[in-house]
Amino acid sequence: MTREKTVIVRYTTLNRVNHWITAICFVLLVLSGLSMFHPMLFFLSELFGGGQWARAAHPWIGIVLLISYLGLIVQFWRENLVHKDDVEWMKSIKYVVTNDDQRVPPVGRNNAGQKMVFWSMTLLIPVLFFSGLVIWEVYFGAATSIPVQRAAVLIHSLAAIAAILVWIVHVYAAIWIRNSVRSMTQGYVTPGWAWRHHRKWLQELASDQHDKSVFRKRP
Amino acid sequence: MSDLQSQDYVRRSASTMTPPMARSHEDQVAKLIDVSRCIGCKACQSACMEWNDLRQDIGHFEGSYENPMDLSPNVWTLMKFAEYENEQGNLEWLIRKDGCMHCEDPGCLKACPAPGAIVQYANGIVDFISDKCIGCGYCEKGCPFNIPRISKKDHKSYKCTLCSDRVAVGMEPACVKACPTGAIMFGSKADMKHQAAERIVDLKSRGFENAGLYDPQEVGGTHVMYVLHHADKPSLYSGLPDKPRISPMVGAWKGVIKPLALMGIALAALGGFFHWITAGPNEVTEADEEEGERVLREGAAHEPEKTS
Repeated sequence: MTREKTVIVRYTTLNRVNHWITAICFVLLVLSGLSMFHPMLFFLSELFGGGQWARAAHPWIGIVLLISYLGLIVQFWRENLVHKDDVEWMKSIKYVVTNDDQRVPPVGRNNAGQKMVFWSMTLLIPVLFFSGLVIWEVYFGAATSIPVQRAAVLIHSLAAIAAILVWIVHVYAAIWIRNSVRSMTQGYVTPGWAWRHHRKWLQELASDQHDKSVFRKRP
Repeated sequence: MSDLQSQDYVRRSASTMTPPMARSHEDQVAKLIDVSRCIGCKACQSACMEWNDLRQDIGHFEGSYENPMDLSPNVWTLMKFAEYENEQGNLEWLIRKDGCMHCEDPGCLKACPAPGAIVQYANGIVDFISDKCIGCGYCEKGCPFNIPRISKKDHKSYKCTLCSDRVAVGMEPACVKACPTGAIMFGSKADMKHQAAERIVDLKSRGFENAGLYDPQEVGGTHVMYVLHHADKPSLYSGLPDKPRISPMVGAWKGVIKPLALMGIALAALGGFFHWITAGPNEVTEADEEEGERVLREGAAHEPEKTS
């Protein structure tokens, strides 16, 4: 059933383009990175034209991801500041995972889980970038000593694994909470989605007399 | 080097399967370098260049007998000169032929992510199969002796092959053949140890009471061994490691973390899948839509109601 009703813009065009550049880079980095991490996944390097290409492309994709993610930080940091509400939400996590939404306290624009994804990546991506520079053999192989590079490669692997785990949580949550993916592809959510998942955010938007730009007709 | 002998691998990088190792009834070989007999003539360096068709770019004089100054993709062995003033106040010129030690437990091979780019033959030689190398530099991190060098031209890692091509057809390595004083010897590892033992007795009788064999057990022994006059202090010889071992950081990275990480990633993905199967998707209901639309209508109609 399609409604000819009002919907709410959750992510602007800039938000979405920036997000998906980051996402594409992240997926490419996971594939090329894992190919160099475990022998059983070396076949993934064929997606990049072989091991030499995967090794050569990986750091450049990393640079694009860092720049792209900086854009996301600029756009999203304010809405991810942690509040008292987030503690309440975390305490009700068992109702969150069992879809028992009535018992979860009302949430603003982002819930504590979304904030954790944001801040985890904000921490991990610079760690991955700088540890990655140290082990970028072609340009920085001689810049640091081998013991430093050994530490960097260990840190890089651990941070990458952590980032992949955060990413799995992020992707699954987007699939699990129906129509979240649409908010990041087409940009909008329905009032019912906002009521169910981000009630405080909906109430703030509704009570704001001045800014009506977030409402539009459903396409 | 080349991939001539593909049926006598005992170790193969980045491989979870047993390598083809049928032709493993082979003696362990070793090169023995008797530092006390070396005169620093660099014939071994020249022979290595000659046999392996390597030419390093001409450099500049840096005030040292060392020439070139470091190993490189084109310099697989290098004479290193150390001046040591002993307890009696006498100068000792300690000259060591540096190069791959061909560890029994090779750190380079352990660190390598490219399947089959580093192999160990049944005779103990550790060899780089260059066309499989991806140029990542992990071997440099794995090596306890700081030996492999990555070429900026072809992005491949290079080091001494122990002349695996010559050894395969029953010849000794080029450096051994060229050495004018017999300081470099080659044969079965057992024979070389025996040879070293005789030499050490001789050195001790001449007053080098700490003379000994360098065959570090921390890496399972090596297939290039030294007779040192000061075996108690290997680091005197231009930084030869006293206790070489694969770094624990490399050990963790290539040991427990690899399988644990894959299991963790798989469990996270499976966790998501089974959450979907059990708890199921969180769908917006018709009632939610009505409530949401009511909030929008009322919000537009009334004064903003502050939500804390």
